[in-house]
Amino acid sequence: MTSENHIIETKDVHLYYGKKEALKGVSLDFLPNEITALIGPSGCGKSTYLRTLNRMNDLIPDVTVTGNVTFENKDIYSPKMDTVELRKKIGMVFQQPNPFPFSIFENVAYGLRIAGMKDKAKIAEIVEASLKKAAVWEDVKDKLSKSALALSGGQQQRVCIARVLAVEPAIILLDEPTSALDPVSSGKIERMLLELKEEYTMIIVTHNMQQASRISDKTAFFLDGHLIEHGETRQIFTNPHKKETEDYISGRFG
Amino acid sequence: MSEKVDLETHIIKMKPDASVDLSTKDLHVWYGQNEAIKGVTLEFEENKITSLIGPSGCGKSTYLRSLNRMNDEIQIARVTGEILYHGKDINTPETDVYEMRKNIGMVFQRPNPFSKSIYDNISFALKRHGVKDKNALDEAVETSLKQAALWEQVKDDLHKNALALSGGQQQRLCIARAIALKPDVLLLDEPASALDPISTSQVEDTLLQLKEKYSIIIVTHNMQQASRISDYTAFFYLGNVIEYDETRKVFTRPKIQSTEDYVSGNFG
Amino acid sequence: MRRVFEEDLNDLHIHFFQMGKAVNEAIYKSVKAFVNHDKALAKEVIAGDIAINKDEADLENKCFELIALQQPVTTDLRKIVTIMKASSDLERMGDHAVSIAKSTIRVKGNKRDYEIEAQIAEMSEKVKIMVQDVLQAYVGSDVSKAKKVALKDIDVDHDFKKIYKACIRQMKNDPEIVLGATDYMLVAGFIERIGDYVTNISEWIIYLDTGKMAELNTHNKNDFFPKA
Repeated sequence: MTSENHIIETKDVHLYYGKKEALKGVSLDFLPNEITALIGPSGCGKSTYLRTLNRMNDLIPDVTVTGNVTFENKDIYSPKMDTVELRKKIGMVFQQPNPFPFSIFENVAYGLRIAGMKDKAKIAEIVEASLKKAAVWEDVKDKLSKSALALSGGQQQRVCIARVLAVEPAIILLDEPTSALDPVSSGKIERMLLELKEEYTMIIVTHNMQQASRISDKTAFFLDGHLIEHGETRQIFTNPHKKETEDYISGRFG
Repeated sequence: MSEKVDLETHIIKMKPDASVDLSTKDLHVWYGQNEAIKGVTLEFEENKITSLIGPSGCGKSTYLRSLNRMNDEIQIARVTGEILYHGKDINTPETDVYEMRKNIGMVFQRPNPFSKSIYDNISFALKRHGVKDKNALDEAVETSLKQAALWEQVKDDLHKNALALSGGQQQRLCIARAIALKPDVLLLDEPASALDPISTSQVEDTLLQLKEKYSIIIVTHNMQQASRISDYTAFFYLGNVIEYDETRKVFTRPKIQSTEDYVSGNFG
Repeated sequence: MRRVFEEDLNDLHIHFFQMGKAVNEAIYKSVKAFVNHDKALAKEVIAGDIAINKDEADLENKCFELIALQQPVTTDLRKIVTIMKASSDLERMGDHAVSIAKSTIRVKGNKRDYEIEAQIAEMSEKVKIMVQDVLQAYVGSDVSKAKKVALKDIDVDHDFKKIYKACIRQMKNDPEIVLGATDYMLVAGFIERIGDYVTNISEWIIYLDTGKMAELNTHNKNDFFPKA
């Protein structure tokens, strides 16, 4: 396989929590402007794998990662890698919306200020553009100075996505971004993700099989720390190669 | 959606021979000045699963909690209208709420077992209700764990702490705890939303088995869950029931546009 | 949750198989009635078609409902789609049996040709076996059997050409046979179409197993009507 087109490549990734091996040699590549869904039962390693992609696991003590993870052909586990810069390029959205306890505007401007941006007009412009991309501008444009915590769960999550978008990432990692939301909010986020695909590459961990089948281009099925199957979503959900995949997605487990 | 919906025409009348355990007549719930439930009349058929669905804030959980008067615990809540349990209004000051909740049990969103053994989790409430006989307790623990489809997995570990169980097992333990008191009606408030699909499917399987003995009313955000397991579905919106019908009708040809929009994910 | 769904799928499967048997019987009876000039039996076939049409409608409704309520994927989805599509093939086979029965009723003392009638009976016997076999292939998810059944359709098409030619030949020789022979050609054509539908069902059985649509009817349909 040529590596020219892949934006992220992972090769034989193992991850240990102390002695416990949580990822047992995962090799998986991602194409730009695609949504890849990572699915599998609890404890299968999908979220752990997601976190290896922007070195979020570095924050957990006693974690060892081996193997190769490259982003735009650069080894992200190289000692030279600036992880702050890396996490700007590869942003992350979590299961529970986690806005900071300040205004909506400041939530989105946060990354820009950290990066030292001073130009107020420029910041305002980026905040507006990010909130628009995150499909929450109409909801919040008249209350930008209000606390983000006063928003509904779905709005908070979209503000968190705007916060990630403001620092111009190439990739967005999403860890069950709608599992704490009701179906109406989930639907809005799904629609937004499909629009963001034009500009970003997205990798999403989800427990919701319908969500994976609705929005993703590729699906990767994890089981017990192994990548069992990876392919076109339409193929995985109509005719998977592996029996384990079929059993999982048709609810025939346990 | 049009401003006024003629609710009467969109609410099914239960078949005349259907046996009804629980119903409400013109039920209103106020939190202070805010009317959260605006006059809901519904009947729940015995040995059926009824799903309450609707967007956040539509009142479905508030309504569910009013069915065994959980809203009593909230200072500013006021509930008017009738809640008929086997034809008797339980929304009255004379009702022994503690006794009533034995008959109308509740399971919550997050599994909330006590930090005690599996055995004690179930026997606790029985003891409080005066069951002292060791054999009777043993039997009740076994029966309710069997009904909750958990017995095979825990029978050798009954004295292990319940918190060591998986999320799905904990939730089934909470179901076992509720049914140990031999209720007729089981209320479940998003019982699987904190669980992964495997645990969810175990809980759903359990509910389908339980409906042979109990009437089940479940609030769920998961439309697939409502469509998979329930016999009837009530769609709530802005404190009203917009549509109430057999699940297969609600999910294949609902009568009201807003129901259609909601179940097909086109809402808002 | 799988338990109830599995039961529903199984009911669907049984219902489809029963519909298949009913259609097979209708085909058998319609040809028998035609060859024996048995109008009473022909009327029975026409009356029985209502139940077959209802089977199709019921199956389709049930499939639709399972898709809406259970959101099936992969094998489960293919099972449902197969039944939905194959039941409409069965229903059309039933319609052809009705057409054969109507030809029987139309016949009023036409001059007969016993040789051609024997050929029609023989052709219909082949189709009857094809229908039985395809239903068995369905029940056993037997792809190789489904392929074999589809191959037999070539034989049926050949029989049709033979009967067609024989009819033209007889009509040239004897104008009195024109009315009867026209019906022979029509009926043989209906039987031939039934064979095509069996081939369609074979294709669905392969789809069920592999998820891929296969084109089993390899002979050239443009070459359908033989030169007289």
